[in-house]
Amino acid sequence: MKCTRCKEPAEVKLRAHNSAFCRACFLFFFERRVARAIDHEKMFVRSSRILVAVSGGKDSLALWDVLASEGYQTVGFHLALGIGGYSQRSRERCESFAEKHGLELSVHALADEGLAIPEIVSATRRPACSACGTIKRHYFDAAALELGCDVIATGHNLDDEAARLLGNVLHWQTEYLARQKPVIQPRHEKFVRKVKPLYLTSEFETATYAFMKRIDYVVEECPNAVGASQLDYKAVLDRLENTSPGTKAGFVRDFMVRGSRAFEAPATERADTGGTCAGCGMPAFGTLCSFCSLRAEVDRKLALRTRSVSPAVTE
Amino acid sequence: MRVCLNPQGRRLDVDGVSRVQDLLRRLDILPGTVLVIRGDQLLTDDARLDASDEIELRSVVSGG
Repeated sequence: MKCTRCKEPAEVKLRAHNSAFCRACFLFFFERRVARAIDHEKMFVRSSRILVAVSGGKDSLALWDVLASEGYQTVGFHLALGIGGYSQRSRERCESFAEKHGLELSVHALADEGLAIPEIVSATRRPACSACGTIKRHYFDAAALELGCDVIATGHNLDDEAARLLGNVLHWQTEYLARQKPVIQPRHEKFVRKVKPLYLTSEFETATYAFMKRIDYVVEECPNAVGASQLDYKAVLDRLENTSPGTKAGFVRDFMVRGSRAFEAPATERADTGGTCAGCGMPAFGTLCSFCSLRAEVDRKLALRTRSVSPAVTE
Repeated sequence: MRVCLNPQGRRLDVDGVSRVQDLLRRLDILPGTVLVIRGDQLLTDDARLDASDEIELRSVVSGG
């Protein structure tokens, strides 16, 4: 198989693009595709200070690599989730990537404040991914504010977006559909916009980029992802993509262009920005934001547990 | 040939396949869901395989 662009032997075939590329041409293709997504969606500009949320996986490290290579001002932010050896290895990958490329990285460890994901799950019985999502949103927003960033970039790729879209449609999650966009505008002055520069690049492409750029990423999957619905949606979409290449890209892109608008609430009905969380000072609709509510729930349940196992006091 | 499936770390011997697409079909793996790696190179579906090859099939699917 020959490279579509230069006719040298190809190293990767992209059926969705009816193309094959050698290493140099694939890297050119990938970087240009990300650059076009950034420009087309007006995600950020050269003077922006970008918080790149890095997990240690292929997507977020590939994104950080592209943005740093293109000369954007980036700060990596890694939230250490405290999920045993998996989290330890994830953190190490982020730290070694930052060190190798001379990039700024900020790390926050949940275990340091007794909020490691397994502890939260054990205390509250909440699904791990639900708790993880709440916590990540809080810390990403807080880190952007603290580190003076204008925008948060995440490594969500085309497959993530397609699977999420399928899940949202299957359950008619209209509020989520309204907010499923490559650029999510802030709803409060303490928040910054969130962007997904990889939303049209498949995870096969990000994995290929990471491999070709010799990025040392965590290949293993989060142990809590076992049985996650998103994996089922991805498996279905992979079958559709196999019989009809380009299905995922069409699904996501056409939703953004033609479908998304139908779910947007009129400006007059949009929720207001709410007040301030009594716990952390970040925006909240109630007394506490969802993160501080979760933290309070953990504290309460752990206190109850401690009390129930303490020896009875006799007078 | 020796095949290693990652991230599971599962190793197996596969005989009688001459191209990547045959290997993936034999293992019931959809193209585009794994990187097919030989040494420092990625292989396309039509790449020829040798009985002495050591191939890594690395999943690209993440469930975050």
